[in-house]
Amino acid sequence: MSTDNGTVVVARDVMRRYGEGETAVDALRGVSVEVPRGRLTAVMGPSGSGKSTLMHILAGLDKPTAGSVTIAGTEITTLKDSDLTKLRRRHIGFVFQFFNLLPMLTAEENITLPLSIAGEKPEEGYFDELIGSVGLKDRLSHRPSELSGGQQQRVAIARALVSRPDVVFADEPTGNLDSTTGTEILELLRHSVEELGQTIVMVTHESRAAAIADRVLYLADGRIVKELSGASQQQISETMDEIARV
Amino acid sequence: MTRFALKSLAGRKFRTILTALAIVLGVAMISGTYVLTDTIDKAFSSIFADSYAGTDVVVSGRAADISVFGESPQTPPIEASLLDEIRGLDSVEIAMGGVYDEANTKIVGDDGKAVSTNGAPSFGFGLDTSPELSVFNPLNLLEGRWPRGDGEVVVDAGTADREDFAVGETVAISTLKPKQDFEVVGIAKYGDVESLGTATFAIFDVSTAQGLFDREGEFDAISVAGVDGTTTEQLITEIQPILPADAQVKSGAAEAAEDEDEIGEFTSFFRYFLLAFAGIALFVGSFVIFNTLSITVAQRTREFATLRTLGASRRQVLRSVLLEAFIIGFLASVIGLFLGLLLAKGLEALFRALGLGLPVADTVFATRTVVVSLLVGTIITVIAGLFPAIRATRVPPIAAVREGAELPKGRLSRFTPVIAIVLIAVALLLLGYSMFADDVDTAQRLLSIAGGVLLLFVGVAMISSKLVRPLAAVVGLPARAIGGAAGGLARRNSIRNPGRTAATAAALMIGVALVAFVATLAQGMKASNREAIEEQIVADFIITSQDGYTPFVAGAGDAAANAEGTELVTHVRSEVAEIAGHGGYLTGIDPQQITKGYSFDWTDGSDATLATMGDDGLIVSESFAEDHELTVGQQVIVRTGENASTRTEVVGIYKPPPFYPLLGDASLTISAFDELVDRPRNQYTFVNVPGDPTEGVKAALETATDGYPDARVQTRAEWIEKEDQEFDEFLAFLYVLLALSVIISLFGMVNTLVLSVFERTRELGMLRAVGMTRRQARRMIRHESVITALIGAALGLPLGIFLAALVTQALGEFDLRFQVPTGQLIFLVILAVVVGLLAAITPARRAAKLNPLEALHYE
Repeated sequence: MSTDNGTVVVARDVMRRYGEGETAVDALRGVSVEVPRGRLTAVMGPSGSGKSTLMHILAGLDKPTAGSVTIAGTEITTLKDSDLTKLRRRHIGFVFQFFNLLPMLTAEENITLPLSIAGEKPEEGYFDELIGSVGLKDRLSHRPSELSGGQQQRVAIARALVSRPDVVFADEPTGNLDSTTGTEILELLRHSVEELGQTIVMVTHESRAAAIADRVLYLADGRIVKELSGASQQQISETMDEIARV
Repeated sequence: MTRFALKSLAGRKFRTILTALAIVLGVAMISGTYVLTDTIDKAFSSIFADSYAGTDVVVSGRAADISVFGESPQTPPIEASLLDEIRGLDSVEIAMGGVYDEANTKIVGDDGKAVSTNGAPSFGFGLDTSPELSVFNPLNLLEGRWPRGDGEVVVDAGTADREDFAVGETVAISTLKPKQDFEVVGIAKYGDVESLGTATFAIFDVSTAQGLFDREGEFDAISVAGVDGTTTEQLITEIQPILPADAQVKSGAAEAAEDEDEIGEFTSFFRYFLLAFAGIALFVGSFVIFNTLSITVAQRTREFATLRTLGASRRQVLRSVLLEAFIIGFLASVIGLFLGLLLAKGLEALFRALGLGLPVADTVFATRTVVVSLLVGTIITVIAGLFPAIRATRVPPIAAVREGAELPKGRLSRFTPVIAIVLIAVALLLLGYSMFADDVDTAQRLLSIAGGVLLLFVGVAMISSKLVRPLAAVVGLPARAIGGAAGGLARRNSIRNPGRTAATAAALMIGVALVAFVATLAQGMKASNREAIEEQIVADFIITSQDGYTPFVAGAGDAAANAEGTELVTHVRSEVAEIAGHGGYLTGIDPQQITKGYSFDWTDGSDATLATMGDDGLIVSESFAEDHELTVGQQVIVRTGENASTRTEVVGIYKPPPFYPLLGDASLTISAFDELVDRPRNQYTFVNVPGDPTEGVKAALETATDGYPDARVQTRAEWIEKEDQEFDEFLAFLYVLLALSVIISLFGMVNTLVLSVFERTRELGMLRAVGMTRRQARRMIRHESVITALIGAALGLPLGIFLAALVTQALGEFDLRFQVPTGQLIFLVILAVVVGLLAAITPARRAAKLNPLEALHYE
């Protein structure tokens, strides 16, 4: 489902306004982004910068007030709910800050849930590889309440990857984890980009997390103000401080 | 997604069970009702089948073909000589003449009074028990032998069991004659039926029965079996020509079918009566289901949103919630279905306790019972789950990333008050139509009443979320006064989600409203009844039958005349008759004396009319006169059978209190009445004494009527008291049935509270962390529960009183009083508080158990 130019998500002049009249807040004031295939793109910015809103709109969870977004060549801002649902099944994966696992399902059932929703069966080889790479082989029959936070996030990542989506959106994936576990999760995300060729968009406010990205986008006041490629954690952190000072 | 729904339920066992209970009880009531009434039906049909098993045709007397509220005139006897004539016919193999009485045979119990049948027949049969005629005998001897000659009797097993009669003992039985001693020579059961309920049986030999029932040289019926190869039709054609005009011949099968139809009407009324309560229980249950699912859907907002981000469509979300509802409904229905079997036994015991024992055969568990129970229970649950399911589909995927996401309001939610008002308006129109429109058939009337009440409840429930705030402010006052800070928080908690509190309270509201309705209506009825009696009766003593409404043998009244110390003894005879071509109650009075016992309110005529009234005079009640356009001076034929009719002239019209007219639609003189009626019976015997009634005279009257154990001597005040008491007994019975729906709403309250506590885990933890004690936490939940219950009562009481006022208005023609039973309603409010306290037990304990630290870590 790739587009020819190797870009999975394209956003053009995206504006998002909340509320009306005097109390209206402009969360995004014209953002254009291209997410290249097979890369990890991080979105950073101080709180209130609009980074979460941008991710929600790129992922089709929210609609822009103006502008367009295409995922794998499909314009999503005008899609009906049912078509958007189908698009999510085939093209989008999510990783959440609070994992969002279903408590009554086992790890394996949680992982394969997107496939069961779509009425599909997991591909055996790929599924085993995936489980192997997230390191959950002996935890498959456990329920979320029996897993540690890091393990829960691994399940969530496996769930996001199981349908081999064109793009995975990760919303502060390490925000609810201690730093050691967070590092493991970041390694796993990096691994899935390098070994599995996955495309990932990650929103984070931690420079440590953004350091694993191929590219870092900085948002402030609803605009992209800076972009870094292949930067180190220190560069990322300094840039972040600069932006915060402005 | 199916697995998702199943696992969701399995993961919330306690909640699922509580939710299911709301439906289990309603379904159990449906299934129990069917099982009970089917079993009764089967018992009756086997009674009738046994009665006519070996009988091809039956010859019997023919009464006027009328029926007033299911009552027909007594059938006249047939000459005994007819038996020999019939036996002589070519196609007749064997024939038996029998004496059959179903009202006058009173077996005397331990207490010296007639064994009460509570309206069920008290049979006295004279049967020819010769072995060659045994095909005609519906009874099977369990012990002893059949009676031979005077002084011997066989009684039914049920009565023998209840009254501890054994073969060889002596029992007293009164008939048309005063009580006599009989030796119990055998105990029999009717066909295969285990019990005849409260009906009693006494079997005599034919000549004894003829003597006891005034049938010398006569029979009530002749049973005939044809020779092999003759058809029933042949028998009928052969017998018909030799019968006199007041006799008839019918096939045994036709007779059995007729009897069965008659009783079928009764059981089907009974069935619908009980099903109505099942319907109420399910209606309340549907509120509980609706509410519980709404809350769980709201609590699972994040889950649904996550599912949506994983590619689940709205339809899949809808299906998964509906599937949960379906599974809950189906499981609850299966449990309810089998619980119904137990409930049927319980209901039977309840009826027996109320003296309404019904015949019982082997339990009937029909396919229809299974199908209806499962379908109704499941469908109602799914329908109640539909709205929460639709709301679940409205959860946007983005809710997956928001903390504490709230369920979006439905598209129609801002129209809720409008819809509620429209529903209430439609409900009132339906109620008005059903109660005040003319020419509406009963089924339609009942349907629009049911529909109206249903819509009214739904409408009030919908709008009640707007009333929660002010109501909580009022009913929450005591909570704040008693409960301190915890009480104050409880009040705030009850209004933080008014919709939820309203729906929880609404379930209780229905039960409270119905109880208030019944209590208010009954209060009015009691008042009307009392007034009607006080207005009409001027006698010092009134003699009635033990049950007060079936007539008693005239001999008992005559015996009362022998008592010392009385000034006047006058009788009121009663029978069903054809009056001016219409069925009605006919009473016989002594025109010279009746006014000393009964006070007439004349429309046309005066007490002087009575003084000159002869045997051809007829007094008619105003309503009967109006209905059939009768006026004074008009000639009216009164008829009870083929050879029993008389021409009368209307001499007076009077207006009895419409709620409880004590005299019949028309009254003749006793002598004219006795000409028309073969074995006259009294409805009342009025007795006056010089001065005030004393215990002494009462004792004298009781001694005088001692031979007739069915006679009950009482003063006017005692009579009124007894009627009140009977009303109260019936009320208690209704309350037991309504209690079911109150219990269901109790489950609903437990459910809501448990869910609220679960939802507020973190908040409760915080409260505990800042110093709230376990006690205070418990108290807070308890007060919240009581406030919800009081809101239910505050909504239900006025609604019930309003409905009662409406019905009172609709029954205006019966002159029904309207009185609010304050005491009972206060009791009802206390009951609501108790329900609230009970509902809070588990949730309060759960809230108090929370460890503050864990609670704060929760999520």
